[in-house]
Amino acid sequence: MDYLTQQLINGLSIGATYALIALGYTMVYGVLRLINFAHGEVYMMGAVVAYWIAIGIAPWGWPVWGALAVIFGGAMGACAVLGFAIEFFAYRPLRNKPRLVVLITAIGVSLLLQNLAQTRYVFGPTPEAFPAVIEAKTVVRWTMGGPDNVVTVSNLDLLSLGLSLGLMGVLAWVVLRTRQGLALRAVSYRFDTSSLMGINTNRTISFTFMLGSALAAVAGVVDAIRYDVRPLMGLMPGLKAFVAAVLGGIGSIPGAFVGGLVIGLIETLVKGYLSSAYSDAVAFVVLIVILLVRPSGILGRYEAEKL
Amino acid sequence: MALLEISNLTVQFGGLRALSGFDFELDEGQLHGLIGPNGAGKTTAFNVATGVYQPTMGDVRLAGESVVGARPFEINRLGIARTFQNTRLFSGLTVLENVLVGFNQSVTHGFWGTILRTPHHQREDRMHEHEAMRLLERFGLANRSEELAQNLPYGDQRRLEIARALATRPRILLLDEPAAGMNPQEKIALMDLIRFIRDEFSIGIWLIEHDMKLVMAICERITVLDHGETIAVGTAAEVQADPKVIEAYLGEPVG
Ligand SMILES: Nc1ncnc2c1ncn2[C@@H]1O[C@H](COP(=O)(O)OP(=O)(O)O)[C@@H](O)[C@H]1O
Ligand SMILES: [Mg+2]
Repeated sequence: MDYLTQQLINGLSIGATYALIALGYTMVYGVLRLINFAHGEVYMMGAVVAYWIAIGIAPWGWPVWGALAVIFGGAMGACAVLGFAIEFFAYRPLRNKPRLVVLITAIGVSLLLQNLAQTRYVFGPTPEAFPAVIEAKTVVRWTMGGPDNVVTVSNLDLLSLGLSLGLMGVLAWVVLRTRQGLALRAVSYRFDTSSLMGINTNRTISFTFMLGSALAAVAGVVDAIRYDVRPLMGLMPGLKAFVAAVLGGIGSIPGAFVGGLVIGLIETLVKGYLSSAYSDAVAFVVLIVILLVRPSGILGRYEAEKL
Repeated sequence: MALLEISNLTVQFGGLRALSGFDFELDEGQLHGLIGPNGAGKTTAFNVATGVYQPTMGDVRLAGESVVGARPFEINRLGIARTFQNTRLFSGLTVLENVLVGFNQSVTHGFWGTILRTPHHQREDRMHEHEAMRLLERFGLANRSEELAQNLPYGDQRRLEIARALATRPRILLLDEPAAGMNPQEKIALMDLIRFIRDEFSIGIWLIEHDMKLVMAICERITVLDHGETIAVGTAAEVQADPKVIEAYLGEPVG
């Protein structure tokens, strides 16, 4: 029981970052019907920017909360700008081109960012540990039955879950209660008609990319602190978050959140009960199963993109 | 100078001339009909006036300024709003939200106002919601404001589309076959509604309608298109008596 509880906590903690990344996939798909395969690299760039900020502010010895605020804020801001630039320079000129063209461009942008990150001007080819801004600590410890049955929750688990829950709340508020959010939803239902109703669709699309990229940045920073920073770190989480978005129903915001948590849980349970060798493969098994059984996903309203 | 002036408009799709040498004028408070057989080029004229298509030749001017080349959202903000031959509501948004989208363009507080929820922003939002509800009341849709647009009966969807267009505060309203698919009682109610809109909002209305009786009953002036050519312009009586019009309608009794 305690082992299961521990796996569930780990699963939610990992799933929370998938959820944050998946939100960007699903929002961009919602407005443009585009799978932004460069999104995993935005997550990676979030980690890279956070790394440089952490190194930069290290000599000043700021309190943990101040340092975290600057690191997260800086990474979110930088990734928002990056997301804006990707859409503006790579996708916007192709707005009315066949979808395959845009899809290939997305893969191109992804490769470009991976390779840029491997140059020493941006980051470099070797993994680096994140500067010790916050030390991993066990903050909750349940002893269940005996001294060998212990369930622990670390401060990083709480950070990951707390941030993703909090940001999901903020996102829900932005999307459901603000004008920009209403425009975003209108564009996702009818692109051309929203323009005829006075909505600046280009601005709405930029806003969507910036919002999604800032959320991916948060996931990147959490994982940078939890594991390390590496130029190809966006690959697997990016793909798994994509699966999460499809699982939840691509285009659905609550779906992406639920899908992320579910993928995290499945992955951790497979790792814990079967073999860690399968933990990366399982997401793709899930993808194949959803596409066969329910292509519109758990909460989806669209057919899945035919690739 | 009329508020909306279209001159010598020509639209070519490959080998097909959907509209040729089309001239048109509309002022505030006027109700002008556009009729013609299917494929005559009526919707094409609307699409050019709202920036969906670029004309091959000719000009569209609003209050003296050419809007050719402007993007659809810019033209909407300049004062031209429209409905569609087949309704195009935001199906998953509520009735109220559909109308609030229309108000979107008149927002002045911008992105940071939204995020920071300045008092100005909150006042503006409350005011828009209030106005949106008033608009829905006039269209008999207030009691359904929280329903999803896709769940409305057909006639209500058509009226909601008009309300949404009005919410963008147009000076010119283009209605593309608003009575299509309605039953006779609904059509009569719609005619009253269109007249009411013209008087209440004092805007110019340009109406495409297949139902000749409806057009003849409410439009002061009517333009008749056939194969992209304007074959008649005038009052209902003049147009009705025009031999070319009768011929275009294959001798069907007109009106
Ligand atoms: N985007 C387009 N591409 C090619 N042909 C078009 C396009 N839009 C309209 N047409 C053609 O232009 C003609 C006029 O169409 P339309 O303006 O929709 O007619 P109406 O609204 O009077 O029934 C039709 O023959 C139609 O097939
Ligand atoms: Mg038409």
